[in-house]
Amino acid sequence: MRGLNPGGVWAIYRYELSRTVRTIWQSVATPVITTALYFVVFGGAIGSRIHEVGGVSYGAFIVPGLIMLSLLTQSLSNASIGIYFPKFTGTIFEILSAPLSPVEAVAAYVGAAATKSIVIGLIILATATLFVEVRIDHPFWMVAFLILTSVAFSLLGFVIGVWAKTFEQLAVIPSLVVTPLTFLGGAFYSIDMLPPFWRTVSLFNPVVYLVSGFRWSFLSQGDVSVATSLGFTIAFIVVSLAILTWIFRTGWRLKP
Amino acid sequence: MPPIIDCAAVTKRYANGHLALDAVDLAIDKGEIFALLGPNGAGKTTLIGVVCGTVSMTSGAVRVAGFDIQRDFRAARFAIGLVPQEIALDIFATVWGTVSFSRRLFGRPPDPAYLERLLRDLSLWEKRNSRIVELSGGMKRRVMIAKALSHQPEVLFLDEPTAGVDVNLRRDMWALVRRLRDDGVTVILTTHYIEEAEEMADRVGVIDKGRVLLVEDKKALMRKLGKRRLTLVLTRPLPALPDSLAGWPIALEDGGRRLAYSFDASARDTGAPTLLRRLAEAGVDFADLETTASSLEDIFVDLVGRAA
Repeated sequence: MRGLNPGGVWAIYRYELSRTVRTIWQSVATPVITTALYFVVFGGAIGSRIHEVGGVSYGAFIVPGLIMLSLLTQSLSNASIGIYFPKFTGTIFEILSAPLSPVEAVAAYVGAAATKSIVIGLIILATATLFVEVRIDHPFWMVAFLILTSVAFSLLGFVIGVWAKTFEQLAVIPSLVVTPLTFLGGAFYSIDMLPPFWRTVSLFNPVVYLVSGFRWSFLSQGDVSVATSLGFTIAFIVVSLAILTWIFRTGWRLKP
Repeated sequence: MPPIIDCAAVTKRYANGHLALDAVDLAIDKGEIFALLGPNGAGKTTLIGVVCGTVSMTSGAVRVAGFDIQRDFRAARFAIGLVPQEIALDIFATVWGTVSFSRRLFGRPPDPAYLERLLRDLSLWEKRNSRIVELSGGMKRRVMIAKALSHQPEVLFLDEPTAGVDVNLRRDMWALVRRLRDDGVTVILTTHYIEEAEEMADRVGVIDKGRVLLVEDKKALMRKLGKRRLTLVLTRPLPALPDSLAGWPIALEDGGRRLAYSFDASARDTGAPTLLRRLAEAGVDFADLETTASSLEDIFVDLVGRAA
């Protein structure tokens, strides 16, 4: 065997997805219930006081942000657990000793994590249509941002999974960094609604660019230009890939 | 025929500075059963890790089935099946699921008939639909072996295969190893059970402190380094040795009822005939005699002790 090993990639991809299927109710029910709660709290309770943001109802306004919030946390946790768990149980020896290149291994794990996130994103979108009228102005770009963001954060999640030595470390980045950044990144408001100082601070928050681009694909409006958002998302992917290249070249935290 | 595994100056220094492998040269022939013997921490597992791709080496080169493990890593790894020392399994997977996963991971097309035969050989067939979490420790170890063999490797590494394993499983494992060799599979096992190496191996390598001290055909090794012992059961207790045997490596045991003589089995003149003649001259009669060859264990302790 000298060429690529698509069978091996497919085996990991399927295996990772089968872990989700095993816990299908948990995997599907959680986002559905969470979304419903957000709509009740933000759409119903708060939204009844805000009425409109940029010409659309508050309920419709938060749909992209809600999907983005789940997309980011799900991508991170799926991908980080996907690689951390074999490290923890020792089954990673089999992946390391298989005729798979690092690119193939990453493609399998990240592909599976991103697939799950995308499916969950679509489930949330479907749930949202039960509560509000969802408008999607640019379906192609909506799907493109959905895929690119899932891939970007699954790559980051993979890096976290390789880095983490304990379950605490595994949880710390999603809960202490990404969730706050998402809440402060305009998921539930337009950063135009902030005072000028905080608006400037927000521009240092990477999640602002992700949410903005995604919201543009729904409502044709965003906090920054769509090209900036797209460029940022791709830059994010490139940086993550660079870190992963270094990890596999040095064997850092994978091979002694 | 070129060796199936060829290690050249393989060196591994861990990040903490520990030199686990110190310029190891080792060639393993196709189809043999090779036992790598050494005390804990000798470098056995590190060497296996380097060859299989789970440990990165500091310097040196390894070829497996003619393929460089870095340049042609796919072909090299495709040839290898690895059973690590620790059991590492996804406890929620089923036996069949995890074994067929391993086969797919190595890019092999499905072959249910082969997997069935493999599981039957390992007494796992009845358990094929069980989850790993439901299996006993011994069964889990069998699953580890089934996974390693699932892609029909040319070389099988067994790292401490029988550590903490019951007698049944040990016997089954030995039978399996012999069967594999009959099929042309090369088996490399590490162990610190000397009997295992003695019973199973065609050749033995002794490794300690990251250096290969010796590689030898097992029988030749035992002949070459083996000491033999001749014991005579005397008809009458002997209070002291006759003067004609003064200075000989002889011990009187059991209150003078037994006479034990150690000699080098490989020497041209073992001294045994002279001993018997002189005993006869001194009027010492014996009722019985036995000779015993020293075990690999004696040889091993001797070697490692000398290197230290």
